[in-house]
Amino acid sequence: MKFIFDSNTWQEIFGSIGKNKTRTAITVIGVLWGIFIYIALAGAAKGLDNGFERAFESTAMNSMFVWAQSTSMPYEGFKTGRSLQLKLDDVNTLKNRIPEIQYIAPRNAKGVFGGSQAAVVRGQKSGTAPVYGDFPIYTKIATKKIYDGGRFINDEDIEEARKVVVIGERTQKELFDEEENPIGEFIRVDNIYFQIVGVHKYVPGGGFEGDTDMYIPYSTYKKLYNTGENVDWLTIAAYDDADVIQAEKDVKAVLKSIHRVNPDDERAIGAFNLGEIFNRITGFAKGLTFLSLIVGIATILAGVISIGNILLISVKERTKELGVRRALGATPREVRNLILLESVFLTVVSGIMGIVLGALVLYGIDSATHDSDFPYTNPTLPISYVLGALGIMVVLGTLIGLIPAQRAVSIKPIDALREE
Amino acid sequence: MIEIKDLHKSYKMGSNSLHVLKGINFNVEEGELVAIMGSSGSGKSTLLNILGMLDVLDEGTYTLDGVPIINLNETKAAKYRNKFLGFIFQSFNLINYKSAAENVALPLYYQGVGRKERQVKALKYLEQVGLKQWAGHLPSELSGGQKQRVAIARALAAEPKVLMADEPTGALDSKTSYEVMDLLQKINDAGNTILIVTHEPDIADMCKRIVHLKDGVIVEDKMVDQVRASQYV
Ligand SMILES: Nc1ncnc2c1ncn2[C@@H]1O[C@H](COP(=O)(O)OP(=O)(O)O)[C@@H](O)[C@H]1O
Ligand SMILES: [Mg+2]
Repeated sequence: MKFIFDSNTWQEIFGSIGKNKTRTAITVIGVLWGIFIYIALAGAAKGLDNGFERAFESTAMNSMFVWAQSTSMPYEGFKTGRSLQLKLDDVNTLKNRIPEIQYIAPRNAKGVFGGSQAAVVRGQKSGTAPVYGDFPIYTKIATKKIYDGGRFINDEDIEEARKVVVIGERTQKELFDEEENPIGEFIRVDNIYFQIVGVHKYVPGGGFEGDTDMYIPYSTYKKLYNTGENVDWLTIAAYDDADVIQAEKDVKAVLKSIHRVNPDDERAIGAFNLGEIFNRITGFAKGLTFLSLIVGIATILAGVISIGNILLISVKERTKELGVRRALGATPREVRNLILLESVFLTVVSGIMGIVLGALVLYGIDSATHDSDFPYTNPTLPISYVLGALGIMVVLGTLIGLIPAQRAVSIKPIDALREE
Repeated sequence: MIEIKDLHKSYKMGSNSLHVLKGINFNVEEGELVAIMGSSGSGKSTLLNILGMLDVLDEGTYTLDGVPIINLNETKAAKYRNKFLGFIFQSFNLINYKSAAENVALPLYYQGVGRKERQVKALKYLEQVGLKQWAGHLPSELSGGQKQRVAIARALAAEPKVLMADEPTGALDSKTSYEVMDLLQKINDAGNTILIVTHEPDIADMCKRIVHLKDGVIVEDKMVDQVRASQYV
């Protein structure tokens, strides 16, 4: 190891590397390109992964929405085309029959998938907004960020069918002055006075929700719009370790049996399985990471092999010099180490340059997409990946250097000296 | 210092074999200045290379400073060369990207001498060959005679038992050749053993003993009155 720290060793390495600068540059570029591709691709894949995760962070990954449509098959005397309606009781039946379900939130809405938005009025100011009839449990599935001082719907609101509302931040801007505190204030929703209990923060990228959405208790909604026990759709979260695709099938089967639908009817119950989509997206990001690894490693390999090639040429060109060194007392081992160290040095230096360049590009993409909706966040690589890549470079540099190093000592010093 | 008994050497080329040295017997004492003469192709370099442990003999024995030189692997040969021998080549063989001082220090590096000491010694030997002020120059900035003097300083730096020079003046004009011989004579005066391969009679006459090779054997081995090179420079 001593020779690594000897300035003479390094002087010798720089001397021989500096002898042919173009050749050195070409060599360096090969490996640099490889590690650059690896860092840039892997970092970008990680960025996409992080980006998707952030886009969905407000909703449980293994959740789904389920709604009723109309039948497409006759069954038990019912004709095709019968409209189905989910009922509040379905929730308990589902919970009892399907153990994979962690939470179910029945939801009603007006002005989202159908119907007109509710009119909201405060004094002279007015606007429109979608209204949701919700249970507190909904926040277990989709996080709602509520601004300080406010809250979401709670159990008492449901029991007493209180006229309370959580409004969106845009509705707040439309109805209130900037210094006004909306909490505790009253507004009219479709001509009924509601007290504001919270303002929710709008998180972009999270599905169909918007910044004007209003949440009121399920029971209040029912009275206000006369919807009885109807439920527009169910938001269901499965346990973390559950198979979301199976859970979706089970939910559909149970709902079909409750509502007397042909078990083979594929159209009667609609579902959007976020878990499945999310699995696909993360699978895509993982695939991208894997691809970048393969491409990066292949490019690095090609670069390292080119280093080996160049060193082989350089060893041939330096045959006489190496012969002189051996005449002066360099042992085969010392000559071999010199070539090996040259190889490792070249690989590591170009590797570091590639890492720096890759990091710069990642930083550039990050700042470029920072304020956009493009799902791209923190395109970082764990330091262990970077160190691992460097370690691989050292190992590869050593391995590839062995060939020219062996070549350098395989020739007898006397033959080396005779070379012109 | 050097004892050679019944040395044979052949080069194999395919199915043919060229018998170059056919039974050489030859001793060199400490402090001698020996010229090995002979026409081109007579085997002078072959003999010197075997003495320099750069090549191996086929038959016979070789003892250097009491050490039998036999069955050396490359590592051992390298160590012995480093410790016992200093080489001076016809084409100087300086390393072109190293300064004069770095070239001189190179055998010391392989001896494991520390950096500071290498520098001090390199300057000392460069001074001895009159090139101290050229220490930082690259070989390409030196004349042929200066290059050979740097090579001599490099050969001396390891403080070897024997200096071996293969046609050291072969690439130099006669005036420069005499300067180099003058330097070698002075080094010999100081007690160093030197072997010089040459085919030039005037160079051989500047040695103390002339060994004549012909057809693979020594045909003549005589002491001569040394012609001092200093009178020509
Ligand atoms: N490596 C070798 N392989 C084959 N033949 C060689 C080799 N080295 C030298 N010879 C031959 O051996 C003979 C002696 O060569 P050499 O010792 O170089 O002669 P000199 O130095 O006296 O001119 C020559 O005929 C030369 O061609
Ligand atoms: Mg010769």
